[in-house]
Amino acid sequence: MYAQMIRTASTGVKPREEMTEEERRFQDRIDAGEKIEPKDWMPDDYRATLIRQIGQHAHSEVVGQLPEGNWITRAPTLERKAILLAKVQDEAGHGLYLYSAAETLGVSRDELIELLHQGRMKYSSIFNYPTLTWADIGAIGWLVDGAAIVNQVALQRTSYGPYSRAMIRICKEESFHARQGYSIMMKMAFGTPEQKRMAQDAVDRLWYPALMMFGPPDKDSVHTAQSMAWKIKVATNDELRQKFVNQTIPQMEYLGLKCPDPDLKWNDEKQGYDFTEPDWSEFFDVIRGNGPCNVDRMNDRVKAWEEGAWVREGLLAHARKKAAPAAAE
Amino acid sequence: MTREEALFQFLLRMGDNTLVLGQRVSEWCGHAPVLEEDIALANTALDLIGQTQMWLNLAGEVEGKGRDADKLAFLRDVWDFRNLLLVELPNGDFGRTMMRQFLFDAWQSVLLGRLTNSAEPRVAEIAEKAGKEVAYHVERSSGTVVGLGDGTEESHARMQAALDYLWPYVGEMFASDAVDEEMARAGIAPDPAGLREEYDALVGRVLGEATLSIPEGGFFHKGGKDGARHTEHLGHMLTEMQWLQRAYPGASW
Repeated sequence: MYAQMIRTASTGVKPREEMTEEERRFQDRIDAGEKIEPKDWMPDDYRATLIRQIGQHAHSEVVGQLPEGNWITRAPTLERKAILLAKVQDEAGHGLYLYSAAETLGVSRDELIELLHQGRMKYSSIFNYPTLTWADIGAIGWLVDGAAIVNQVALQRTSYGPYSRAMIRICKEESFHARQGYSIMMKMAFGTPEQKRMAQDAVDRLWYPALMMFGPPDKDSVHTAQSMAWKIKVATNDELRQKFVNQTIPQMEYLGLKCPDPDLKWNDEKQGYDFTEPDWSEFFDVIRGNGPCNVDRMNDRVKAWEEGAWVREGLLAHARKKAAPAAAE
Repeated sequence: MTREEALFQFLLRMGDNTLVLGQRVSEWCGHAPVLEEDIALANTALDLIGQTQMWLNLAGEVEGKGRDADKLAFLRDVWDFRNLLLVELPNGDFGRTMMRQFLFDAWQSVLLGRLTNSAEPRVAEIAEKAGKEVAYHVERSSGTVVGLGDGTEESHARMQAALDYLWPYVGEMFASDAVDEEMARAGIAPDPAGLREEYDALVGRVLGEATLSIPEGGFFHKGGKDGARHTEHLGHMLTEMQWLQRAYPGASW
């Protein structure tokens, strides 16, 4: 998941009669369910929208290491530490595939990282919330990766080939992440009173931020229509959010935890839960940089990048010497 | 000291080295100079923690007091830890982290090679398994040490400073005591002094290629592998690592 509020690089869906011949052919391929590949012709706006979406997704994987890294050194058993290390390693790996997918669109990883550090690109709002207890690590796997899976399963059908293939690969690993998260939650929810308290506290704090991961309600999503016409998005924010709530509430009930939404109830007619929308003003605050951890997360990343400059330069200098030994001598 | 007692101490040394270094390396999570290094550091830490589980579970089995790897890792205090001082030193910059990793990997790869012939089959089995991972670790850390040592002026200076800082902690790897003598007599583990030649050859070759100079003098710090005198750093590391187990005793995680 991890891509929200992607501004489609055009206003509204272009009517067919205004399309050029190339654009019409392109749209026909999309409508026929064909995948678009890097060397194929594509509208500039399609390319720009994808770069934003894939780039934001990649940044989310990278920044997402931080809230989990916050607990690696305090993981309560060797097994939990090993599993969390494996998970964070997967996420950094997802970042790599996604940056590579973005590179097929003609933008380098370094350019994208620079845009992130300048605050001109975003990452998912969820990673601007703190991880305060060990149960938060469980809740991230269960709720956050769970929400990501709902979105990413849909994105396996996205029209851009490299992105679709990255999603297929990533989904396999994400389902392991969600399972390990739920396994932590089970230990906590069925554990000592203190552990149960941590589990409930994690759900109380992370439930609404998890719902926000799908982005604003459809009625306020100005960018959805063109992205759906291009099959960059294949389901709307509200559809995905509803799916997530429907699958998550029974799991929460099994754990004996209470959903912090007092108005949540099953609706027989729509065969889904009615639920309270998150506080969208909080969401927009977080997006604007005012979440609890925005400043720290960005400072951490920028500091790591700047302090690592000598390493990148050193390794590059060495590689150049090796590539041209004759010239150096 | 009985043979069993010596074996227990030896296994603690093996497991505490990988535990403490794994914990240190995991501190890097999300802060490496480049994404590939984040992945590699997490991978190295993961291998080391996996090896810890094997060594410390066997240690607990040999001790026979019902302690498993988690009890040994999370419920001992500093004086009962048996790791080399080298691995408990703070990470410093990326250069120091990788130099420490190389100095340790080189030693571990030589040692594990010998341990595959251990008279104690359970030790040989772990050495065989861990050896495959460590072969990759030493390849990676030596590559990084060479790349940064023979990189820019700045990277060279930083790597030389890292080596100067860490070298006085290398000697402890080769100092023998009663535990080592008992292990050698039983054919379970080699005499540490006997690893030095192979180690020096490997380290000398890599550091030479890295254009780095090994500091003069034979002095070395000790007190880690026998627990006599750890550095001030280990206590802080354990405080963080053991916190949940200490704060909520008896809980299952």
